[in-house]
Amino acid sequence: MAKTLFDKIWDAHVVREVAGGLTVFYIDRHLIHEVTSPQAFEELTARGLTLRRPEQIVATADHNVPTRHQDQPIQDPLSRSQVDKLTENCAKFGVELYGLGHQYQGIVHVIGPELGITQPGLTIVCGDSHTSTHGAFGTIAFGIGTSQVTQVMASQCLLLDKPKRMRITLDGDLRPGVTAKDLILYVISQLGTGGATGYFVEYAGSAIRGLSMEGRMTVCNMSIEMGARGGLIAPDATTFDYLEGRRFAPQGENWDHAVAYWQTLYSDEDAVFDAELQFDASAIQPMITYGTNPGMGIPLSASIPVLNGGSEATSFDKSLRYMGFQPGESLLGKEINYVFIGSCTNSRIEDLRTVAAYVRGKQKAAHVEAIIVPGSKQVEQQAIAEGLDKVLADAGFELREPGCSACLAMNDDKIPAGAYCVSTSNRNFEGRQGPGARTLLASPLVAAITAVEGRLVDITQYLN
Amino acid sequence: MEKFQTLRSGVVPLPIENVDTDQIIPARFLKATTREGFGANLFADWRYTADGQPKPDFVLNDARYLGHQILLAGKNFGCGSSREHAAWALYDAGFRVVISSYFADIFRGNALNTGLLPLQVSDEVLQGLFEVVSQDPQAALTVDLQAQTLTVPGWAEVIHFELDPYKKECLINGYDDIDFLISQEAAITAFEQQRSWVF
Repeated sequence: MAKTLFDKIWDAHVVREVAGGLTVFYIDRHLIHEVTSPQAFEELTARGLTLRRPEQIVATADHNVPTRHQDQPIQDPLSRSQVDKLTENCAKFGVELYGLGHQYQGIVHVIGPELGITQPGLTIVCGDSHTSTHGAFGTIAFGIGTSQVTQVMASQCLLLDKPKRMRITLDGDLRPGVTAKDLILYVISQLGTGGATGYFVEYAGSAIRGLSMEGRMTVCNMSIEMGARGGLIAPDATTFDYLEGRRFAPQGENWDHAVAYWQTLYSDEDAVFDAELQFDASAIQPMITYGTNPGMGIPLSASIPVLNGGSEATSFDKSLRYMGFQPGESLLGKEINYVFIGSCTNSRIEDLRTVAAYVRGKQKAAHVEAIIVPGSKQVEQQAIAEGLDKVLADAGFELREPGCSACLAMNDDKIPAGAYCVSTSNRNFEGRQGPGARTLLASPLVAAITAVEGRLVDITQYLN
Repeated sequence: MEKFQTLRSGVVPLPIENVDTDQIIPARFLKATTREGFGANLFADWRYTADGQPKPDFVLNDARYLGHQILLAGKNFGCGSSREHAAWALYDAGFRVVISSYFADIFRGNALNTGLLPLQVSDEVLQGLFEVVSQDPQAALTVDLQAQTLTVPGWAEVIHFELDPYKKECLINGYDDIDFLISQEAAITAFEQQRSWVF
């Protein structure tokens, strides 16, 4: 019978089906970090349980870590205590930890792929909604709550109902200045933040095939922002080229066996999806958000919509009040004080290269604070090896040390109340970047141009 | 997990759509390493001023709704971050039921694992409930989990709601998934011996 890519991987991981439609579902890799694991370890201990497969868990510290002076103790006592707790738990339970100071430390969704821990056909979970990122490799990857973290620790399994399958096809050549981030911000603006709830989304079409692995990760990363349980993309030569030679990727003969298997991971031609959507990628323009959820996005050169009543009106008005915007207003010319380039959406080497290529020989506007936070120690080292650090410094950007940083402001990197920040992260929720902060989500290219101009501009006029 | 069977309670109305888990519990309060105490920071940025004073216009500070254990929320409640702390905060603040016309997947799962019932109704019923509460802030609803019904004062018919039968049993009996998964040890071990896709 014809199967979707999702079905092929799902079916391979069914330990057994339980009455009532639930599945005991096997997890190949479990990624953990300091925020959502302490209560899970505590629960495990309280029940007298141990980790069933500690060798299938990888840990890192990312949400709370400072982006300066990482060689020194963390100043904030609560952050320090949470990171210390992770270190203690990993030592006690025998989990590999890439903590502060380790050459592999970084954002959990950046290090999985770059180390080759993330591979096609696997199932990956983490107590973090952006686990959907790993789907870029043709992987069933999704975020879980802390109770589920405990379940995986204890049994290596989860009890799940099977999601529905949606395919989103993006065909067509991208316009100049349009990137993976714009594709996904566009799709989310069309579906809304709950539009894919209950679905696992497969992205397909020539525009997706044409993306680099970094771009594909950006797309899958934000699947959760339209409510999807996860996103995935069939592996292909781009995937295999990216993985070959990475630290934990299969080697030698194993590599050949792996690729032979991975090449079977695609949706059969006559596979049926529960929902299908198609978009013309060549019509997509550079995007930006204007409101307080990722579904509130428009082309940078368009105007904020005007809503005529409806059940969303109260939330829409509240959102625009928070942002200090009016319905029907254009965002062009708005002065911006902060630019944040980072997060599990856009902190990979390709993102840093995009920014450096644009700002080379230019200078950020005097009133803009521009911080750029690499996703991992390896990205940071690569940026230095390529001389990007000097280009960025000459342009007035501050290249910091790796972590989640101002994406969710659990460390010291906060945007002040009322200030506008163009951010490459994934969420523009109220207070996400600090109480009262106003976030506008955009691509690294839009962020770089905004930092130089000091205000929002129609970027198409700034491209060579 | 605490058992849940029936509940009769007043309602706290929050007629806002797409309430994300960053609002339910902002990230800066996620630094604890135990499950306790999150209720004090529930909806912190909507509930308190920057210097920690209660904002009089926020519903959780409205004396008319004090002690009510049902939260009535707009569509798509709990989107965003997977933080289970959001469900813990609601539970810790005394809520046992959240009614909405749509829940984000991860939040729904987290709520059920916490013992908090995510009760989904149609958009029409949700609007009707907001009207009932706006007319009588003390209107008490009855949730009967066994019968899967919601009884609303003044409404001729009870509202039936859907819930996965396994999850229903867990809530009624105070069980969780860990007990069940551990009981599957033999099947899991057998399964692991034939994993051919790990290289």
